[in-house]
Amino acid sequence: MSSRSWEVVIGMEVHVQPRTRSKMFCGCAIGELGDAPNTHVCEVCLGLPGVLPVPNKAAVEACLKTALALGCEIPRHTKFDRKNYMYPDLPKGYQISQYDLPMSINGRLDVGGRRVRIRRVHLEEDTGKLIHAGDKLHKAWESYVDLNRAGVPLMEIVSEPDLRSADEARDYAVELRTLLRTIGASEAEMEKGQMRAEPNISIRREGTQELGVKTELKNINSFRALHRAILYEVERQKEVLESGGAIVQETRGWSEAEQRTFSQRSKEFAEDYRYFPEPDIPPLELDRVWIEDLRRALPELPGTRRGRLVAEHGLPQSDIAVIGADRELADLFEGAVAAGAPAKQVANWIVGEVAPTGKVPSPQNLAELVNLVKDGSITREQGREVLMESVESGRTPAEIVAEHGHRQVSDEGELRIIAAAVIDANPKAVADYRNGKKQVINVLIRDVTSRMPQANRQVAGEVLAKLLD
Amino acid sequence: MTDDLTLLTIKDASRLLRLGSISAADLVTAHVQRIERLDPKVKAYLRFTPELWEKQADEADRKIRQGEAPPLCGIPLAVKDVLCVRGVETTAGSQILKGFKPPYTATAVARLFEAGAVMLGVTNCDEFAMGSSTENSSYFPTRNPWDLDRVPGGSSGGSAAAVAAGMAMIALGTDTGGSIRQPAALCGVVGMKPTYGRVSRYGLIAFASSLDQIGPFARSVDDAAITLSLMSGLDPLDATSSDRAGMEVLNNFGAGVKGMRLGVPREYYDVKGIEPGVKAAIDAALFILRQAGAEIVDVSLPHTDYGLAAYYIIAPAECSSNLARFDGVRYGMSEVDAANITEQYLETRRKGFGAEVRRRVMLGTYALSSGYYDAYYLKAQKVRTLIKRDFDEAFKKCDAIVSATSPTVAFPIGSKTQDPLSMYLCDVLTLGGNLAGLPGISVPCGTSDGLPVGLQVVGPQWGENVVLRVARAYEEASEVQAQVADVV
Repeated sequence: MSSRSWEVVIGMEVHVQPRTRSKMFCGCAIGELGDAPNTHVCEVCLGLPGVLPVPNKAAVEACLKTALALGCEIPRHTKFDRKNYMYPDLPKGYQISQYDLPMSINGRLDVGGRRVRIRRVHLEEDTGKLIHAGDKLHKAWESYVDLNRAGVPLMEIVSEPDLRSADEARDYAVELRTLLRTIGASEAEMEKGQMRAEPNISIRREGTQELGVKTELKNINSFRALHRAILYEVERQKEVLESGGAIVQETRGWSEAEQRTFSQRSKEFAEDYRYFPEPDIPPLELDRVWIEDLRRALPELPGTRRGRLVAEHGLPQSDIAVIGADRELADLFEGAVAAGAPAKQVANWIVGEVAPTGKVPSPQNLAELVNLVKDGSITREQGREVLMESVESGRTPAEIVAEHGHRQVSDEGELRIIAAAVIDANPKAVADYRNGKKQVINVLIRDVTSRMPQANRQVAGEVLAKLLD
Repeated sequence: MTDDLTLLTIKDASRLLRLGSISAADLVTAHVQRIERLDPKVKAYLRFTPELWEKQADEADRKIRQGEAPPLCGIPLAVKDVLCVRGVETTAGSQILKGFKPPYTATAVARLFEAGAVMLGVTNCDEFAMGSSTENSSYFPTRNPWDLDRVPGGSSGGSAAAVAAGMAMIALGTDTGGSIRQPAALCGVVGMKPTYGRVSRYGLIAFASSLDQIGPFARSVDDAAITLSLMSGLDPLDATSSDRAGMEVLNNFGAGVKGMRLGVPREYYDVKGIEPGVKAAIDAALFILRQAGAEIVDVSLPHTDYGLAAYYIIAPAECSSNLARFDGVRYGMSEVDAANITEQYLETRRKGFGAEVRRRVMLGTYALSSGYYDAYYLKAQKVRTLIKRDFDEAFKKCDAIVSATSPTVAFPIGSKTQDPLSMYLCDVLTLGGNLAGLPGISVPCGTSDGLPVGLQVVGPQWGENVVLRVARAYEEASEVQAQVADVV
């Protein structure tokens, strides 16, 4: 066993599908997951003889916005290249990508306390999908090709190996998604295949500078899987090295079912992609005025906004982690505060109720609701129901409260009747309370509110205590 | 109707059609009768398109009656087998595409259809346009109408022979290293390769994407010019197509050569292997141009020797990638008995591609491979830049460049098939224009031993009108108009 510990080194390659209506080089619509196979195809994305690719301006724009938001340099000249290899999901026998003159270089993304350098952001096209009767290609008795995905635009965002743990890698991916959604470049839903993260992982002895041999992980479909796959792979590499073995440079797949990584192909026999400039697409000379217009039109970026939310409203990190990760929630927060609700309570409602349910009210309605709870007009429990109903019907919380007679009951006389009934019904809890387990009073308060939902919990507690003592 | 209708130019045919002296159907019938008589000997066509010609001739006659005849109304057209026509089997002269009927029409062809042309059929060519004799067709060789024992040139040999034998009034070819100009020269017709980007390549089954251009064959410079003008211009389906107006190719092209400076590159004039008879015909042409008022000046294209080498790296490199899609899975030939997908690829391509295609795919794959890329592909691209510069320098001293199109006249069938290098040398005077993306034309300039010789005129980028102006002036002054071959 080693005396010194290991340092984990991770670089990320993230493929993101930019938000466009049509494919990268033809007019085909971008289908949905689950559409019938080969229904979003034309002669261009099928790679029929004699057809030509024409770049999609919306994809170029989304890529440039992403690059600008990541602080990248946009070189004056960029071009597309052909990456040549034969595979049944690649109709032309080559993928149009970008090799030595990518659309952008040298950016950064701050994640937690760490600055992650971005090497490049470039554009390429997706391949089709193979469906095997049987589990794996070499064991399949029949294989089918679905080219709906062939030619769908992808941005590839490549980081330097600046991440140092599975947590950081996951946080990086989450932060990237927040950024992409904030600027409107992509929906970046991992589960829908709009974002794919491929970590490159190596480990080295703490204090050394030389990079270890890396492996690249694929087939990762969620942030959770990303985290687990890295944890698994780091442990695997440690075991190999500590038992005197050597890491093989290779691509490894993540098996969600088995929760482990497995060897897919060795880079020792790496394919020679024979990159060369795509002769069917002239080099792009990007209009500087257009780029400056895009830069000016970028919204406030998530990192900047988080700093401002802390500075202006004093929100704790736990709230920022939720509200600052989603442009819609941050907009809701600032809108509700502007409409006159106190910041901390608004944050609590967003973190506790809005974020988990995904049901987003208007800022005005949320502000009204927060104030109704705050001034004791309704209980927190009632507030939850009113919020749901308000989101569904679009009516204001005040209207709903008036209609349901939801006004909170704080009258001691009324509450005493209920409290007495509750004490009769819960002899064991009453005994426990009298024997000194004072926290049991919460059980009794819950029983009061189950009988009378509009009961003011605080007053009910006081009444119960008086009756019991 | 008689054969005489097959000897007409577009202008004369259009006049007769508009006057009502003949119908488009008559014109088609005359051509079909001549084809039936001559094509069994020449073998210019791979297949015929009677459904199209009937429909298009009817349409043409209807438009003429209504007084709405477009510029090529009723004009019989032949199309090289690399240009996709919807519903018409298109095979690039290859077995691998046997049975492939594209669901789309190449833009250049569609524009000629719009202009009223009537398609007679699909013409033979070297497989995937790789060759200079049409002997690399996987179907059969085409013969030169002037001497059936000789090649028509290539790769667009079928189109050149069809026009030369009066079996089409105009034809389309493609030119990657000389594949329009060289067969035009060997068959004694006019053939033009436009500036790269002038004509959309959409629907052209690619050989080498950065070099390929579609162009016309005709029996007069006027006919070539009008045809080119109608197929040119921006196409949203081809990102390399230019937005320059197609009609600009006709600007001032009847103005004559008086006062023009015509450059004769010494590297072309004294090119290795040029036949004395060809040189004599070019000397006579230069004399005629001087008589017509042009000034003949010496220019130099010093990197000519490297052009051939660079071309035979760049073109195969691009072809190795362009031809990767022919895997036998989605269309064309398919070797379905293979044990697995890799075997299927290998068997389909082994059986589907001919020797020359396989040779170039291997050359190109090698040139792009890691470790060889810098020494071959990158070096070739640098040579390409030098060749462009050669032309830029030359055009500071002259308005257009004139030379022979081919160092030799048509050669006997089979005489070069065992020696690929000697075949590659056929393009030595033409491929510079492709590497530099420049417009070039070949016009008939007499004969050597009874076989046609072609005069090549190359102009600066987008200078089609200059090229056409010189070619037309020569045609007029020399009174050497393309003849219809008496096939015997």
